[in-house]
Amino acid sequence: MTSCRSKTNGRLPDISFANPQAVAKSTDELSGFAHEVRPGISRLELVVPDMHCAGCIGRIERALNGHSAVTEARVNMSTRRVAVQWRSAAAEPAEFVDLLQTAGYASHPFAEREDAAEADRKRSRELVLAMAVAGFAAGNIMLLSVSVWSGASDATRDLFHWLSALIALPAIAFSGRVFFRSAWTALSARSLNMDVPISLAVILAGAMSLYETIGHGDVAYFDAAVMLLFFLLVGRYLDHRTRARARDAVSQLVSLTARTAAFKLPDGSLTPRAIAELAAGDIISVAPDESLPVDGVVVSGTSDIDRSMLTGESMPETASAGTRVHEGTTNLSATLDIRVEACGGETLLASIIATMEAAEQHKAHYVRLADAAARIYAPAVHITALATFIGWMLVGGGDWHTALLAAIAVLIITCPCALGLAVPVVQVVASGALFQAGIMAKSGDAMERLAAIDTAVFDKTGTLTLGRPHLTGPAALDVEHLGLAAGLAAGSRHPLSRAVTAMAAQRGVSPTPLDAVEEVPGSGLLGHRGNQTVRLGSRAWCGEAPGDGNSLENETPSDDGRLELCLKVGDSRMVVLRFEDEPRPDAVQTLAALKQRSLKVEILSGDRPGAVEHMARLLGIKRRQSAVDPVAKARYLQKLAGGGAKVLMVGDGINDAPALAAGYTSMAPSTAADVGRMAADFVFFGDNLSAVATAHTIARRAKALVLQNFGIAAAYNVIAIPFAVLGYASPLVAAIAMSTSSIIVSCNAMRLRIGIPHSGRDTASGAEPRQPAASARPSDRSAA
Amino acid sequence: MTNLLILIPAALFLGGLGLIAFVWSLRSGQYEDLDGAAMRILVDEEDGE
Repeated sequence: MTSCRSKTNGRLPDISFANPQAVAKSTDELSGFAHEVRPGISRLELVVPDMHCAGCIGRIERALNGHSAVTEARVNMSTRRVAVQWRSAAAEPAEFVDLLQTAGYASHPFAEREDAAEADRKRSRELVLAMAVAGFAAGNIMLLSVSVWSGASDATRDLFHWLSALIALPAIAFSGRVFFRSAWTALSARSLNMDVPISLAVILAGAMSLYETIGHGDVAYFDAAVMLLFFLLVGRYLDHRTRARARDAVSQLVSLTARTAAFKLPDGSLTPRAIAELAAGDIISVAPDESLPVDGVVVSGTSDIDRSMLTGESMPETASAGTRVHEGTTNLSATLDIRVEACGGETLLASIIATMEAAEQHKAHYVRLADAAARIYAPAVHITALATFIGWMLVGGGDWHTALLAAIAVLIITCPCALGLAVPVVQVVASGALFQAGIMAKSGDAMERLAAIDTAVFDKTGTLTLGRPHLTGPAALDVEHLGLAAGLAAGSRHPLSRAVTAMAAQRGVSPTPLDAVEEVPGSGLLGHRGNQTVRLGSRAWCGEAPGDGNSLENETPSDDGRLELCLKVGDSRMVVLRFEDEPRPDAVQTLAALKQRSLKVEILSGDRPGAVEHMARLLGIKRRQSAVDPVAKARYLQKLAGGGAKVLMVGDGINDAPALAAGYTSMAPSTAADVGRMAADFVFFGDNLSAVATAHTIARRAKALVLQNFGIAAAYNVIAIPFAVLGYASPLVAAIAMSTSSIIVSCNAMRLRIGIPHSGRDTASGAEPRQPAASARPSDRSAA
Repeated sequence: MTNLLILIPAALFLGGLGLIAFVWSLRSGQYEDLDGAAMRILVDEEDGE
């Protein structure tokens, strides 16, 4: 709860940097997502990934309701979205994104594919309605059945049977459609699925009971048929909900990649133009903090380029006229004019995505546990029922009535109530536990695959490390110097500047205001206090002779992976600030925990060997590879898979995307590049790497519980089938057996929660003030 | 027997009422945000803001 408040601490005043051009662009983009609900009233859904507590709900709704044009703002915590309605004429959608940004929340519009979402909602509504009707019918029929079982006879029993029929038959016709349709589809394709025995059992039981009722018989299975439908629909609905949630999660991850670029007209003025319409040779202008929409060559301007997403390289590189730059990297310090060389399908990013898709296709098709079980189970049920029928025909000398009753009893008893619930209930509980630990699973089978891994391969920059350097020394850095450095750094987007500002905020040092601050990309910052000049940057920038053994470029880290920045105030001696790209706070423990579970742990990085060595030593990992390009990463994972290994790939960059797709399963932090998050099966929030271990624990437990549930369902059948085959399965026995097994299976699934850290997400953000995604990685801010 | 003529319709009516109430709550979106509902109880209403 309180951790939420820290969100606004230590933030750079981002808003002040928003240049008019960027705002114009996002307004343009955002309008596409808003739509009119009523004449004059527009509606827009914004995804706010960082909301996680009651305080957030209040703050977000208050922030938006504070806008005079807003008629309604409602947070949906389950989907992490906020729906805003406003008087269309009185506001532009971009204003809401800015409002949320001011309140400390990064957001981007929610783009749902209308048709898919609509189909999803329709299916969900159908299932819930069917479930409600079946539940209602089951309850009422049970009421009547209890009277029959407790001794109602003759006319009373007939009356009750008729009443049951009146309720049951329409309920079966209505609620059973879900199963009938699917069974019919399977049969027309000449195959069997779980729905075939279910449909058969329900229809035969209904028809047989009606026949019995007409003939004043004493057994009717209306209650069993409807209850069967009810339990199965519960399982079906839970399964659907888990999948819908996963799909939702995926669509939320698609944040906006730049769709328009600032096109430079011959007269030097800028106009927005769709990326698709750009051609090689066009000149575009890229403002600071924007991600590059194309591959090209810098024509004019000098700026630092953050290439970490593309290469894994942790420090920015300086780009000036003539430098080749690539789509997917982020411009940090100054506006660049770029001549387009390739865009759309021809960029380096596009070729990496193509590799990723190729890797995905090579992946062996995974058979879900539930489907595997159904494949064995469905034929077994049919054979048993048929054998029962034939057996009774032979024994009873052609008494088809008794034989059919026994066969129906077998169908009903064996019908996979518990089996239908075994997997969905566990998955609902497991994905709930994952969600609370700040982990989003994109599918249920990803969880099953995660439980089976034997190797974990980690990327370095942004995955094992936070991907942002941290000021580590000198330890005795005094308040005055830190204040001055922070004063200079406040306006810069360079990772080292951000580290300085973050440290100042953490130590409670307020930045010293300086006059005429200017940034020279590739060199450093310059400002004035009174008549003193303050410099922050490379040794050369601070006036140290270039020949003293240190490189001219401040970005070049020394070999142990350390980075430095010099601060010179007036003529006094300069102070050298040291930085490190820190490992995530619990990286050591997490890797140790994974090793303890006898998983092989490896590092596969695109960064320089020095930096990788340093990190591997720090974390105690023996198997490591550095300077690996994206394609080689994917190839390495395929090689491991070829050797029979089941690999979990954890990575964040664009360069990891092919490897993420090639892994048996994969995981990415929420700060990852869009492509990386799309390729990964799991996405975790927060700074803690322990999410990997937690996810693995939950997945393994979920698998154990699913297997146990299968065991329970099987044991139940082993006990119940002989009764049914021998004809002892009265409606009462069927009802009791069915509900107990379902309840046992559900209760067993709940055990998953025991001993799992309940609020990993909150502790994660509490331990380290979690900043909005915006300040974590510049490229996340594409929508702002 | 005559009791039943009253009791059964009464039972069905009450059950039906429950069904209708459920369908209504479903349609009016009360199950859309279960996590949020649990948290909203902690949000302080600040009147007059």
